[in-house]
Amino acid sequence: MLELKQLYQGFREPETIARLAEQIKQQAELVKQRDPAEKINIMEVCGGHTHTIMKYGLNQLLPDNIEFIHGPGCPVCIMPKERIDHAITLASQPDIILVTLGDMIRVPGSKGSLAQCRANGHDVRPIYDPLDTLQIAKDNPDKKVVFFAIGFETSTPMTVVLLEQAEKLAITNLYFHINHVLVPPAISAVMADPAVRVNAFIGPSHVSVIQGSEIYRFAVDNYNTPVVVSGFEPVDVMESILRITTQRAKGEAELDNQYTRAVTPEGNTKAQELVNTYLCVREDFRWRGLGPIPESALRLRDEYQHRDAEIKFADILQHEPIEDHKACQCGDILRGLCKPKDCKVFARGCTPDSPMGSCMVSSEGACNAYYRYSGVTENA
Amino acid sequence: MMSNNPKKQVQLSHGGGGKEMNALIHKLFFKAFDNEILSSEEDAAALNLNGPTAFTTDSFTVAPLFFSGGNIGKLAVAGTVNDLAMMAAKPEYLSCSFIIEEGFAIDDLKTIVESMASELAKSGAKVVCGDTKVVPRGCADGIFINTSGVGEIQKQGISVKNIQPGDAIIVSRDIGRHGATILMAREGLTLDSELTSDCATLWPMVESLLNADIPVHAMRDATRGGLAAVLNEWANASDVGITVQESQLPIADEVKGLCELYGFEAFDLANEGTFIIALPKEHAEQALNLIQAHEDGKNAAIVGEVTEAHNGKVILKTPWGSSRYIDLPQGELLPRIC
Repeated sequence: MLELKQLYQGFREPETIARLAEQIKQQAELVKQRDPAEKINIMEVCGGHTHTIMKYGLNQLLPDNIEFIHGPGCPVCIMPKERIDHAITLASQPDIILVTLGDMIRVPGSKGSLAQCRANGHDVRPIYDPLDTLQIAKDNPDKKVVFFAIGFETSTPMTVVLLEQAEKLAITNLYFHINHVLVPPAISAVMADPAVRVNAFIGPSHVSVIQGSEIYRFAVDNYNTPVVVSGFEPVDVMESILRITTQRAKGEAELDNQYTRAVTPEGNTKAQELVNTYLCVREDFRWRGLGPIPESALRLRDEYQHRDAEIKFADILQHEPIEDHKACQCGDILRGLCKPKDCKVFARGCTPDSPMGSCMVSSEGACNAYYRYSGVTENA
Repeated sequence: MMSNNPKKQVQLSHGGGGKEMNALIHKLFFKAFDNEILSSEEDAAALNLNGPTAFTTDSFTVAPLFFSGGNIGKLAVAGTVNDLAMMAAKPEYLSCSFIIEEGFAIDDLKTIVESMASELAKSGAKVVCGDTKVVPRGCADGIFINTSGVGEIQKQGISVKNIQPGDAIIVSRDIGRHGATILMAREGLTLDSELTSDCATLWPMVESLLNADIPVHAMRDATRGGLAAVLNEWANASDVGITVQESQLPIADEVKGLCELYGFEAFDLANEGTFIIALPKEHAEQALNLIQAHEDGKNAAIVGEVTEAHNGKVILKTPWGSSRYIDLPQGELLPRIC
């Protein structure tokens, strides 16, 4: 049996972290000696890494020619308002129970959030495990249960397992609103911006547990950037930064896998097959802050249309794009063009209590992480 | 919690003021809370109170009602008694009101009431008055309990506004147990764990500090919002900064593991038998020894200090030399998505 402490033990040793910080400094110094103006701008694609960096104050341990740019890899942050409005519209129907994961219920659409919808008396249920939705559907045969599915490659298999179970058990009142998005097209979209400053990536390891490390090969080949697939513990992240910095010092750009304890080049092929059985790639999907990105998300295959909430409830769902508040700079933050503190409404009009933008809502969001943790170093 | 045998479940008639209600009160409540003031059955309890008195009230709703290390009844007594103890008041008299859902199993009610009686014995407080209401099925989640309490203040001046730069911060035991236990029970996690809630009466520990004349500046039990909420409240109320050393925070391995799984922080999770003390640094070791002499206090630790910098803010220093804020927990605890 897995002991809970195995999840973190050994990956937070202060001496190891200090030693890695020293080695990073040495490699960064080599870069500086070559070109004092050269910066190592590392995009951590995933909000989980942003969280680790800010929560453990890792950025405070690094030399000034290394900068983090927080990427679009938070499923809550990148959800456009019209999709959240779909969830709210569905949840507002008297015969629908809307089920979704975690803090998705706090994100504001154009008509408030799912949490507000719940407070108005509608049936919105945050769950920990998508399979809990099965029981909800069984317990409520007179209701329609909609699973508002979100997340990157990591969480997609869980949605598909739920779907498979629903099919096997012939549960007829369970529908899916699929918002699963893909990391590689988002990386391409970020790099396509002429103003891009990113020149290295920390790749989310949990995505690669499913899809394999090779899915980032294109970023190395197309943009000549180092990519290191990294775990989420402080030692993981520091080791990955060292590997990136070492590559930059040598003038190399390679695909590297730091998280060999769970990631293989090809990934979990069984999970991939399962996903491909039920889902296929959408033509395009609009990302908050990044706009429409071709082939960047998934939808139900045609043979499972009977479970597709977007088809079943098509007559009540609007697809018009809804732009963010003009003052909100989540889009620029997700593309790495500015930092949370550059945004005019950061910590003023936009706080975790009353978020204007999605990056402030999610605990994985860059603005939320900055708001919660940063600002100490100047005087501490 | 619900029983199918009408004889063994609470009926609406148990709240009707008649024979059934009378029987429930006498056979269960009076028997468990037996004392002269209660059994005199006057309209109000006649009390002898002298000098400065602390008075507090709290309502208890928890799901599940029974959890590892306690139940709603134990919580209702410990919670109110602890609120008095944190004001250095010896808990003396409690009121106790039950709102019970029709159909609630009498056996479960008995277990709850008996655990209340046994928790009362730990501080010597008495339930001297109460009320019982039974509401139709569906109008309450099993049982709600309200307790109010009064106690004589033994030492004045302990206050959230009295914290001073140079004070040491002590936590009385490992943090986050109650929140983590409830979370595990509520979500039916299949993780194997022996985690129990810290739910307990704090008066014996507080009494030993008072008896030793430890000059405590502030005390607070870290309930909902956990250590993070207490320290932020203190930093604001006393306009000071508080620095906490992460390496000194006592946290059980199970709680750490659960926090990893869900993306929570142990210092945001609720406690029901853990208190925080601010006191002059020179008395910290003595206070620590006194707390550690109690079974519930053996993991107590000095975790930080009060500073003149960063007024109103709580800062966590990591073991590798970086620092960050400990903010107030926000909204309902929801797990991270990825």
